[in-house]
Amino acid sequence: MSNLRDSLASGTFVVTGEIGPPKGTNVERMFEEAEHLRGKVAAINVTDIQSSVMRLCSLAVCIRLKQMGLEPILQMVCRDRNRLALQADLLGAAMWGIENVLCLTGDHVALGDHKAAKGVFDLDSVTLLKAARTLAAGKDMAGNDLDGTPVFFTGAVVAPASDPVEPQIIKMRAKVAAGARFFQTQAVYDPQQMESFMKAVAGLNVPVLAGIVLLKSPQMATFMNENVAGVHVPDALIQEIGSVDKKERKKKSVEIAARLVKQMKNCCNGVHIMPLGWDSLVPDVLDKAGV
Amino acid sequence: MIIQKQKPFEEILKALDGEKKVFIFGCADCATACKVGGEDELAEMKKKLEEKGYEITGTYVLDTACLTGEVRKRAKELKDKLDAADSILVLACGTAVQTIGDTIEKLTHPGVESLFSGTVMRLGKYTEKCRACGKCILEETGGICPVTRCAKGLLNGPCGGYRNGKCEVNPDQDCAWLLIYDRLRQRGKLDWLEDVKDAKDYSTASSPRSYTWERPEEAGKHE
Repeated sequence: MSNLRDSLASGTFVVTGEIGPPKGTNVERMFEEAEHLRGKVAAINVTDIQSSVMRLCSLAVCIRLKQMGLEPILQMVCRDRNRLALQADLLGAAMWGIENVLCLTGDHVALGDHKAAKGVFDLDSVTLLKAARTLAAGKDMAGNDLDGTPVFFTGAVVAPASDPVEPQIIKMRAKVAAGARFFQTQAVYDPQQMESFMKAVAGLNVPVLAGIVLLKSPQMATFMNENVAGVHVPDALIQEIGSVDKKERKKKSVEIAARLVKQMKNCCNGVHIMPLGWDSLVPDVLDKAGV
Repeated sequence: MIIQKQKPFEEILKALDGEKKVFIFGCADCATACKVGGEDELAEMKKKLEEKGYEITGTYVLDTACLTGEVRKRAKELKDKLDAADSILVLACGTAVQTIGDTIEKLTHPGVESLFSGTVMRLGKYTEKCRACGKCILEETGGICPVTRCAKGLLNGPCGGYRNGKCEVNPDQDCAWLLIYDRLRQRGKLDWLEDVKDAKDYSTASSPRSYTWERPEEAGKHE
């Protein structure tokens, strides 16, 4: 069963959170962060070797979340595994009752800490979605019958702040055609941009959760503007987070995020909050946003 | 053509360590165009190796070093000089090194790095356009190959990693999918991008590959 699927189907405003596995086996802090999200979110994304920086694997963390009574969204990227391994891991996830899978292409290895690695990209986000759907129909990608059929609720990502945005929208249609049942967006800081994006994709009839990355400092905002594709933090927000002392940053960060959620509440189906370690602030953000 | 660059001279010296007499082959085709294996480069390598005390028993720029027949023919003509050498230094691509090594019974040393199959933009500036995957999709992508020119080889449109039209991997590299998008838009064929592509069949790209051409009248006889 997927609480995420049921929540989205009910039409309520849906909130998802996110945790990132550590580089190493000290997982206590990550699971503490997850505890802050308990009861506040429909499901929690677990990133898959995020930014191509080697870390503990996503599936193992998803299994633990499940055992803790928290609902995971297994992120799967196509960078590190070929179609055999991806299908095998999807079946493994299904064995543990993990249904929510977010299918992504994945960052290039050149962006991470193992630059000499061989990038796989046997599949892409679209064909990974198709692979999950094929498995759920009782076949593997080679057309062989499965002994036992998994159930998945698959989603994908889109970057509304991309320039140009049209190729993103065309690809979003391809993802829906390939089986994407929900979308989480890259971080959005411009509610008007989100609103016009939502108008452009309204015909797809697929729920979209706007991405909210907690702004921690003006340096972080500038870094994202310079280095993260498809993210743009407006100058006004950079000034706003920089206008307070370091001690007051968390409070200000909550205020900004809550305001963004409020402003986007009416145009999208929910929000996906990426706290980047500041998970303890998420309940506050949601309170102040009135969701 | 096969784009190549010379290996560092120190690496070549290390490979030749313990030998005294060397024969040097070049190639008049790609290696000459890439300035690594033409007459000038062979003369330069000969001079540098002689300065290090090596005896060069001969040098020869093959017309096309990847033609077995050509290598066999020249090997006969150059037999004495080749026999006199301890080894052969090949200033041409990896295919040339192996064509020569498989034809002539003599230790061969690679003298260049084979980089990719590419286009000469101008002398000294080369870019990769095709990686010979064995199943061409240029018909569907406006004549721009995403298998080669997209850093992730994506088949279903761009990832979210483009900025100012460039790739997340290399800000000097155009996003191949934005190039495809622009070209199809200009031609009124944007609807082509709506077609969801299946996972690529990489069996045609699995090395080692071989291919046997058959005369049209013979083709199909063995099917």
